[in-house]
Amino acid sequence: MKKKLLALLVVFVSILFVLSACGSESEEASENNNAENEDAKESGTEETATTDEDAGDKPYVAIVSKGFQHQFWQAVQRGAEQAAEEFDVEITFEGPENESQVDKQMEMLQAALDKNPDAIGFAALDSQAASPLLEKADESDIPVIAFDSGVDSDIPLTTASTDNYAAAALAAEKMAELIGEQGKVALVVHDQVSVTGVQRRDGFVETIEENYPDIEIVDTQYGGGDHLESTNLAKTMIQAHPDIAGIYGSNEGSAIGVVNAVRELSKEGEVTVVGFDSGKQQIDAINEGIMAGAITQNPEGIGYETVKAAVDALNGEEVPENIDTGFYWYDADNMEDEEIQAAVYE
Amino acid sequence: MSTLTSNPSTSNQKKRLVSSGALQQILAFASLIILVIFFSIASENFLQWSNIEGILLSTTVIGILALGTTFVIITGGIDLSIGTGMTLTSVMTGVFIVFLGLPVLLGIIGGIVTGALIGFISGFSVSILRIPPFIATLAMMMIAEGLSLVISGASPIYFSDVEGFNNIALGSIFPGAIPNAVLIFFIMVLIGWILLSKTIVGRYTFSIGSNEEATRLSGINVKKWKMIIYTIAGCFTGVAGVIMASRLNSAQPALGMGYELEAIAAVVIGGTSLSGGKGSLIGTMIGALIMSVLTNGLRIMSIPQEWQTVVIGFVILLAVYFDMLRKKNS
Repeated sequence: MKKKLLALLVVFVSILFVLSACGSESEEASENNNAENEDAKESGTEETATTDEDAGDKPYVAIVSKGFQHQFWQAVQRGAEQAAEEFDVEITFEGPENESQVDKQMEMLQAALDKNPDAIGFAALDSQAASPLLEKADESDIPVIAFDSGVDSDIPLTTASTDNYAAAALAAEKMAELIGEQGKVALVVHDQVSVTGVQRRDGFVETIEENYPDIEIVDTQYGGGDHLESTNLAKTMIQAHPDIAGIYGSNEGSAIGVVNAVRELSKEGEVTVVGFDSGKQQIDAINEGIMAGAITQNPEGIGYETVKAAVDALNGEEVPENIDTGFYWYDADNMEDEEIQAAVYE
Repeated sequence: MSTLTSNPSTSNQKKRLVSSGALQQILAFASLIILVIFFSIASENFLQWSNIEGILLSTTVIGILALGTTFVIITGGIDLSIGTGMTLTSVMTGVFIVFLGLPVLLGIIGGIVTGALIGFISGFSVSILRIPPFIATLAMMMIAEGLSLVISGASPIYFSDVEGFNNIALGSIFPGAIPNAVLIFFIMVLIGWILLSKTIVGRYTFSIGSNEEATRLSGINVKKWKMIIYTIAGCFTGVAGVIMASRLNSAQPALGMGYELEAIAAVVIGGTSLSGGKGSLIGTMIGALIMSVLTNGLRIMSIPQEWQTVVIGFVILLAVYFDMLRKKNS
């Protein structure tokens, strides 16, 4: 029996090996190259094929993001490439397939370190997991620039990310303006634990409480960013407060939930909906007039500022502790603007 | 189904079980009424037609999942793949209709067949490969989750350009009446009820759950019937997936995880025993309604969400406790 189990285990493990080998062959050229010739300083990655050895004197910044397939990360990459061209540096940009692959990201960070870059840009999926590798970078005097989300460590010189609190405050101001600075409002937030959830809630709530005494926040509920759950709870909110003036949804799923609720209850035009993030359904809702507008982050700005900060660090210049990469309010009026188009992704 | 027998020493085991099941149903139904009365007093906005419609609509997806999984639970099994399985069926519906341009009806059938296929594979793993249901369907849950992301490229599939798709769930065949999704839910209750109490499938479902070995020894092909039962549950998953896609007008590939537990909770509250052998679909329907009335009522009273979860947890504890009391008495 034991032998059988052992044999099964061996078979299973070898299947895994084969599978992972196939996977890395097709998708992760960089990893393979790395394993094959460890001493090679540079190796090609998928999109931004890098220099060969003798491109030598250009500084090289290795960027490890949380992903590269999503529109958001592609926009970050565009921004990074733009900065790379402007400041004449070489970059590589890579990330795992989805945002739960912490271990894969660690492998990528390790591979990036092995290439001995001049600087590293890093968006941590899990800041704890990354700390040994970040220390290694620190020991080798490779400056690290954090982007998108902060790292729980003082090794990164700076963090280029959206100020979610300020962005939510802007959403609150827009809401106040749209409902004539009075009435009941409610929030559908994606969660009460994560940094983005907390900041996008508090920024909104505190702005309303401090500046708009005639606006009453009647309810805050959490839908986990789940479209269906958020739809059901936003519907209940409207039932509980039939005279509600506006509802704010703190991310894509939450905002879509509010839109669905308003649509299902035929309250179009009666309830002002303010959203966060982007996506086809939000853009459609704005065009149809169900959603007044939404806040979007500036992913190109995140990429651009990351590379810029790396260049500044390499040139020995001071970099600020945090870089606010900005955000935009978009609505039916400005949606076609160039800078908004760059930040709004379907 | 509702035959109450006054003679507890009857040799007909099935009848006795049904009678105690009926008791549980009455208990569950009474709790539902009490909840409705309580919330109507607590909040004047609760007992409005649009809110009731909202409660019914929010019951549909979890409710249909719960109906299907009731079959599996009565056999003494469990199906953890229904949440992400539902997501996969909604993604596949999207692939059929949006990517391949098939007619809506074919797309819907494709979605339901996908659900049936997921159920069939689970059933095959459980009965032929003899993998315990918990593990087999846990694996299926992960497979379905992964496939949804792979097939959709991890981004939502939108039905915005598919005319009338939204109406599958939200339109109403009888103008001004309840949304179709609610109607479909009740039809599924009816179909499930007929299957479970009027057909051979139902008889074998109970029989396998009460005593699998005895069922096998009496010449019934338990393996075959288990596969059929999981496949039926899979069809329900498929219907739930189509309804969710229609209501959200999109297939969201990252949704669905955790829905299986809510559905199982509804089944348990409805009086179906997790140790198998007894249960009812009417009970499950009431269980699902209790869950959504509770959530809706607590929300409408603006009770903080953290506490809503605590309350629902207590309700599940109570339901299982009553189930145990009942077992002791019988």
